[in-house]
This record gives sequence, structure tokens and C-alpha cells, in this order.
Amino acid sequence: MEITKKVRGGDVRAASRLIRNLEDRIPLAKDSIKHIFPHTGKAHVIGFTGSPGAGKSTMIDCLVAELRKRNKTVGVLLVDPTSPFTGGAILGDRIRMQRHATDPGVFVRSLATRGALGGLAKAVGDAIHVMDAMGKDFVIVETVGTGQQEVDIINHAHTVVVVLVPGMGDEIQAIKAGILEIADIFVINKADREGAGKLYRELVYMLSMVDKFPGGWKPPIIRAENIFAMDSFQRSLDEMTNTIDQHYQNLIEKGLLGDRIRRKAVLELNEALLSAILDPILTKLVESGEMKEMTDKLLKKETDPYTLAEGVASKYLVMPDV
Amino acid sequence: MANRKLRIMVAKPGLDGHDRGARVLARCFRDAGYETIYTGCHQTPEQIAAAAIQEDIDCVGLSCMSGAHKYLFPECVRQIRALGGDDIQIIGGGIIPKGDYQLLYDAGLKGIFTPGITLDDIVKWINENIVPNVKE
Amino acid sequence: MYFAKELLESSSRMRQRWEDEVKKAVAKWADQKEDWTTVSSLDIKRLYTPEDIKDLNFEEDIGYPGQYPFIRGNQVTGYRGKFWTFRMFSGFGSAYDTNQRWHQLLKAGQTGLSTAFDFPTLMGYDTDDPKARGECGKCGVAIDTLEDFMVLVDGIPMDKITTSMTINPPATALWAMYCAAAEIKGIPLTKIGGTIQNDMLKEFIAQKTLMCPPEPSVKLISDTVEFGTKFVPRWNTISISGYHIREAGSTAVQELAFTLRDGMEYVEDVLKRKGLDVDSFAPRLSFFFNSHIDFFEEIAKLRAARRIWAKAMRDRYKAKDERSWWMRFHTQTAGCSLTAQQPYNNVVRTATEALAAVLGGTQSLHTNSLDEVWCLPTDHAVEIALRTQQIIAEETGAANTIDPLAGSYFVEALTNEMEEQAWDYIHKIDDMGGMIEAIHKGFPQMELADAAYKFQRQIDSNEKIMVGVNKYVTEDEQDIPLLDIDDAIETQQIERLTEVKRKRDSKAAKKSLDDLKNACKKGENVMPYCIEAVKSLCSVQEICDVYREVYGEFRDPAMY
Repeated sequence: MEITKKVRGGDVRAASRLIRNLEDRIPLAKDSIKHIFPHTGKAHVIGFTGSPGAGKSTMIDCLVAELRKRNKTVGVLLVDPTSPFTGGAILGDRIRMQRHATDPGVFVRSLATRGALGGLAKAVGDAIHVMDAMGKDFVIVETVGTGQQEVDIINHAHTVVVVLVPGMGDEIQAIKAGILEIADIFVINKADREGAGKLYRELVYMLSMVDKFPGGWKPPIIRAENIFAMDSFQRSLDEMTNTIDQHYQNLIEKGLLGDRIRRKAVLELNEALLSAILDPILTKLVESGEMKEMTDKLLKKETDPYTLAEGVASKYLVMPDV
Repeated sequence: MANRKLRIMVAKPGLDGHDRGARVLARCFRDAGYETIYTGCHQTPEQIAAAAIQEDIDCVGLSCMSGAHKYLFPECVRQIRALGGDDIQIIGGGIIPKGDYQLLYDAGLKGIFTPGITLDDIVKWINENIVPNVKE
Repeated sequence: MYFAKELLESSSRMRQRWEDEVKKAVAKWADQKEDWTTVSSLDIKRLYTPEDIKDLNFEEDIGYPGQYPFIRGNQVTGYRGKFWTFRMFSGFGSAYDTNQRWHQLLKAGQTGLSTAFDFPTLMGYDTDDPKARGECGKCGVAIDTLEDFMVLVDGIPMDKITTSMTINPPATALWAMYCAAAEIKGIPLTKIGGTIQNDMLKEFIAQKTLMCPPEPSVKLISDTVEFGTKFVPRWNTISISGYHIREAGSTAVQELAFTLRDGMEYVEDVLKRKGLDVDSFAPRLSFFFNSHIDFFEEIAKLRAARRIWAKAMRDRYKAKDERSWWMRFHTQTAGCSLTAQQPYNNVVRTATEALAAVLGGTQSLHTNSLDEVWCLPTDHAVEIALRTQQIIAEETGAANTIDPLAGSYFVEALTNEMEEQAWDYIHKIDDMGGMIEAIHKGFPQMELADAAYKFQRQIDSNEKIMVGVNKYVTEDEQDIPLLDIDDAIETQQIERLTEVKRKRDSKAAKKSLDDLKNACKKGENVMPYCIEAVKSLCSVQEICDVYREVYGEFRDPAMY
């Protein structure tokens, strides 16, 4: 297939269009993924999450610069929320990365959540495959950053970096949002600020409560100082980049990479099944007018959703003998 | 189920930082239901073109208040086309004297919007003139 | 209490009777619309009465001209001794072109100069930088080195005329050029007077002319304050600007609050970093406001600004010299109130805004030209704008008496309300840890973005009216003559710069830049090194590149 060849050859225009079609759920795009899939699995996928204003985009921007210095190619996926009222979105994280725009070794793509919860967009999984197939050494994913339950990143990333910043009540928020459990690396941004010490101590304390870490990897805490204190910031950046590498090596050495990949595989299979089974039925229901009929019945309280669903299942799904 | 969304980019080429209009437009486009990318100020035509390709944009709206539109707008068009963005529509706005319109149309701009136009008119124009690029 | 008890009682009685009659009248003939608000959406009552200002304390809140709280102006004689300075902002093309226009403006009766630079100069780039392509001379004059600057001030009596320079990140470099030019002409630094805008906080908030991060940017500003205090005593080293904040979409109250809070941030930095006595530098701080179309709101804003500053300087910073309590400001009519449609109407808007600025007691004024929505102004349009000021000064009688609207129930009540709302913002920013912190959090930027979007929506829905835009629209367009900047000047300017760099003593130039870099690293005052650098014919960009290298480059985080 032409498009597959282009994507594998690193063609940004083709790849971006394919991601577009995946977001828009164009059936043809699924076929492209079928062709691309065998060529994926080489990139190190890094997730960045954390509360709003923590500086995730800035950290990613700097990490990209550092990875480029080390001659690595990078894909970046930035997720921003879709407005529930209008369906539109402002995808603004890119602003902080525009200095890499003309670097052929960097491909930055913004995605809107389009109603997906969990901090990512539905198409993120496939978009990672596309960038992976393009031959990017690293794919970095930034979650929405609304401070809500943004834990889906664990299903997609090999390494999850949680960015925190002092003075925003993050300490408690992080635990509440379940972010702590998914972190492989913590970064305290603006660590020269008041409250950074307290944040650090609380993290250390919370980590001390954990008995056993998978693969013996205790999430390191990196303190990144003011970005404009250039020398010390560069040291933090080196530390962060090296730690990300070490984490990946640790996954390989301890045989844990497979677990992470399996998690994504299960999720993808689930979603693919859901879409393969449900999409044609939904289309039929809408086209035949059954959907409207059933909704009307529900509104009149003539029946309930479960009965209706069972009816649809028995009508459209041919079950093998059980 | 297929669900096509318009992807629009608001871009500020050149050195002027007067981004009131650009930011108002970005919000307006969100509220019109488009997925909107804003590049921020102080972008070179090369950066704008690269971003438009990477983001698979349907329409790029350029904003310039400094009077340098005669150079910057055509240069943006040229760079976008050079990267293969043949189906990307480009429109412009800002402080642009009428005498410059023809030059900009000739350079490939599809529409020019100047102070005083309402947001609703811009959205109406886009809805009528821009469709998502879905050939492939 | 401002009024006697009896008066308030009778006012209350009469008001009730009037309110009853209003009810009846409105029942018969409804008001044209429900909400009556200022252009910034402040609610305005149908009528103001003594009851609205009953808590005023005459001595503390109003007083006399030249006395605390200076709400009635700093000058005891008002405009009788001297009108405000007619200061038209101008600059375009090459240094030679701008110099010509300056001479023409001085001949026409202008009393102060004001320089507009082109975008490469404003951003600290030379004309030959790739980022500067297409911008040279377009919206101001292009200055690369001292050679250009000498052409700019050719024949200008620098010891008699004050010059304002709208320059921000590269302010140190351009001011150094002014100082060096004076020295070359044999005029001592103590004799030159003028203003550099040099207000970076409002750039982060509104105008986005950005170079270095906020902290070192404020440090460079404190350097100029210190240098001015010690060596150039007639120079205003900052013009703390609300103009751009308003143009970026703020309300009048936000303009007032953010500008004054910016001013406080600078005062605090100089006190902390330089250890100067507040009275040694505060009298040279100047301000720059917008005069928008809502007549009374603007007058109240300017009056409130003087009172807030006097209170802050006296009580918050313990200044003892009365001149430290003065707020001296320049005003410019609102560019964003002008319309591209029916451009001749802009003359009327500008005249109204200029009158508000005068009644608000401005010390200096720029009036916009009718064609500025389309391009830089033509000579003829500039002349009309200047004549507008002269008509207000010489014909209308507005300058006859000091602060003529004082005591108006409405104006005093509005002044109080705006001051109160401004203090709320100021305290909120205090709680965030100051303006730099607030900027890092995106607070003022978001407030502006919200206000700008709201206003645009109000225009679109006809809730607010702009004549010619959403009401009284005409089909036939009025064509006006426009100024075209010759694209050839870019090539000429690049040639000039190349020539200067070729013939200068390159060793001396390099050494002066190295010295500047060391000074930056050591935290010394950069001004003496800057003056040496411009004298060695280093360019604006070469100096700014030193800052970028040492302090880092700041990119707009663009919040919306």
C-alpha cells in the first residue's frame, strides 16, 4: 500500500493525514494500521502527565532538544481537551515546541480528546504506531493535564514521567488522582521555588510506604531548577534524560517490557473488538430507524435499556453454540 | 463512525506581537467547533509551513499588524506549497491596505479579513469555503 | 461626611419621588435597552446624586491641585502655565526619513519628539537578520548602529527638546545611543531630557515584544533607573504603560490596576536590588495611559490613577518627597477604538478621547491619525491629529480651569469605584507573590484574553455599538490616501550596516561586547558598558545577543 510505504519512509504529510483519518475513524485508515502494525515496536514511548501549569510542555520541549543533541529522532503527541459544548478545541501545547518545527528529526502532532476520558485521545494508541513505524526513536505523549484521572497513559507508555510543581497543592492532588501509582519517574519542576522541599519530602515519604516496586525500580525524583538558570537546568535535563534511558534498560533487563506491551495489546484488542462488533450494528440501527424507535420507547418508559440491548444482541449477533 | 473535523491554524508570522486578534480568533474557532492550533507570535514562514503540514491543517489564518504582510504572507504560501501542502487554504488578516489585496490574492491567499469584520462573518466564510482535506 | 445631614435627607426624599416618576415613565416608554454600561462593561446608574459620594472625605480624597492625593493634578497652576506636551509618535523608513518628519512636526508646533522604531529594532534584531525580512522601516524607523542614530537626531537641539523613545527589550542599547549622540554633540548628560518606555512587564502581559525572561528583564530596567538617577537626572527611565494592556483588550479597570501594579513591582525591585532611597528615583518614574472612547470612564480612570499612586508611594513605600507621590503621565488616544470603515469618523473619536485625556489632566498627549487602521499615517492625517490637540487647547476652553469635573456626583462616584476595583486586583496580585509571579501563572494574560473575547462577542451581538461597523453601516467605501513604505530601504539599510561593520575597529567592538558580557555575568550595571559598545559601533542586535546569551531567551507561553 502506497501510504504505508510513505509512512515507513518517514513522510510527515502522509503520516499526519493517516493520523487524521484515524482520529476521524475513517474505515480505510484501519487497513493502513494493519499494514503498519508489523513494523512497530521499536520506539521507546514516554508519557508525560501532571497537573495543569506544572510545565509538562516545557519539559517535553527541553527533552526533545536534548534527545536531538544525542542524535535521536522524536515524535511528539500532544493531547488537549475538546470543548464539550462546541466540539471544538484549542490545541495550544504546540506553541512551546515551535522551535523544533523545522527540524526534520522532530514530528509534533496535536490531538483533541473528542470526549475520551482518562487524559488521552482515542486515536493516541494508533498515532503512536504511526510514529513508531516512521522510525522515530522516541515517541513522547503529553496527557491533557486537567488534573483529573489521567491514568490511561500507563497503557501506552513504557516510561511514565509525572511532572509536579511546588505551591499548587499538587502533593495531595497527585495521590487523589492516582498519578502516583503510575509514575516511573517524578520531576519536580521549578524546584528553586518555595515549597519544593516540602513537595520533595512528601514524595519521599509516600514512596517509603511502598513495600515492593516492580522490577525493583523505585521511581527517582528529579529536581529541575529554574529553566533560565541555564547551567543547573542543563544538569537536571541530563539527569532526566539519562534516567528515562535507565528506566527503559531496566524494563528490558528485568523482562518487564513484555508486561507493558501486553497491557497495550489487551487494550487495543478490546477496542478493536468493540469497534468491529459494535460499529456495523450501530450504523444499521441508525439507518433503519430502529435507534430512534428504541429511544422513543425509553423516553415513554415502555421499556428499559438492558432489555433493548439484549434484544439487539440476539437479533444481530450470531452466537456459536455455547 | 466517521466524524470529520475541520483543523485550522492561527499563525503570526514576523516580529510583531500584537496577538489580540489571533487569540480572539483561536477562541472563536474553538467555539465554532473546529480543532484549532495556535502557533504563538514571532514565527518564521518556515516554522508556520512545517507546523501546518505536521498538523494536517485545512486552513491557515495568518495575522500581521506590522506592515510586513507583503513579504510574509506570500512567503508563507510558498513555504507551505514547497512542503507539499497543495490543498491547504491560506487566508490573512491584520492591518492591510486595500491596495495590497491583489498582490496577496495573486500570491495564493484565498481570503483577506481586515479590522471591523465580525467573528460570525469569518466563521460563515470558513464554513462556506473550507472543507476538510479528505482525499486520501 | 462630604454633605450635611439635612442635604442628604432631602436628596433621599427627592430621589424617591423621582424614582416613582421614572417607573411610570418607563412603563409608558421603555428604555432603549436594559443594560447601560461603559465600554468596559461597568454598570452605570441612570442618575448620580449626593448620596453616591456621601462618604467622600474632601481633604483625603479630593483636595487641591499640587497637594495630596493629587487627584486634581500635580501642577498648582494647571494648564495655565503650560499646556500638555503635544507629542506625536512618529517614525518610519530610514533614519533620514524620520528626521525629516521630525523637523516638519517641530515646525508645525509640536513640542516634544516621540520615536517609533521598526520591529527588528524593537525586538533587538538588525536589519540583516533573517527574522527581520520584510519588516525594515515598516512601522517605525530602522536603527542598527550609532551611525543611524546620528542621522536621526541631526539638527535636533537635544538640550532643548525632550525625546521619548518607545523601546523595550533593547532600551539600554537605544538609550546608550542617545547618551553617546549627546556626548558627540558636546551636550552633557545632565542637560538631556526624555523618556524611554523600558517597561517589560506590560510586554509579557500584553504586547509580546519579548527577549529575556521577566527576572533579568526587570534587572536591566533597574540598571537604567540607577544610571539615570546618578548621571542623567532629567531622563525618565521608565514609562510604565497601560496603553498596550488596553489595546490588547483589557477593561479600563484592568489597565489601571495592572499598570500601577507593574509600577510597584519596579519600585520594589529598585529598592531591593539597588538599595536606592525611594525619593531619589521615584520622581522620575512616568506612566503612559490609553484614552478610550468611553468619555467619563477615562476621566475617572486618570483621576483614580493619580490618587492610587500617591497613596501607594506615601503609605506603601514611605516616600517623603511630594514629587515621589506625583503620577506624571503621557496619554495616547485608543488605536483599537478606530475603525477601518468610514475612516473619517476616526477624527471625531480621537477628538473625544483627547478631550477626555485633557479633562483627566494628562501631561502629554499623542492623538492618532484617521488612517492608522490601514497603515502608518500620512503627513496630512498627522497634521489633522495634531491640530485636534491644538483646537482643544486653544479654542474649547477645556484648559481654562483645573480638573473641571471634580465634585460631579457621577465622576467622583465612578473614580471611587474604579479605584476600589483596581485595589482589589492589586491585592490579588500581591497575594500571588507580585506581578512577575502573576505573569508566570498567566493571570493578567488570561484576564485580558477573556475581556478581549467578551468585547468582540458584544460587538458581534450588537450589545456594544461601533458606528460604521455594526450600526449605520454604509455600502460605499471611503477611500483614503495611504502611506507606502518603499521596500528598497531594506536593501539600503543592510548595505549601510555592512559598511559600518566593515570599517569599524573590530577589535574594539569585540572587546566592548566582551566587557558587556562580563558585566552581565557579574550583575553589574550594564549602562556604562552599553555606551562603550554603541560608541564602538556595535549594533543593536550584537548588544541584545549578549543579553540573550547570558540571560536566556524567553518565548511567549501564549495563554488563552
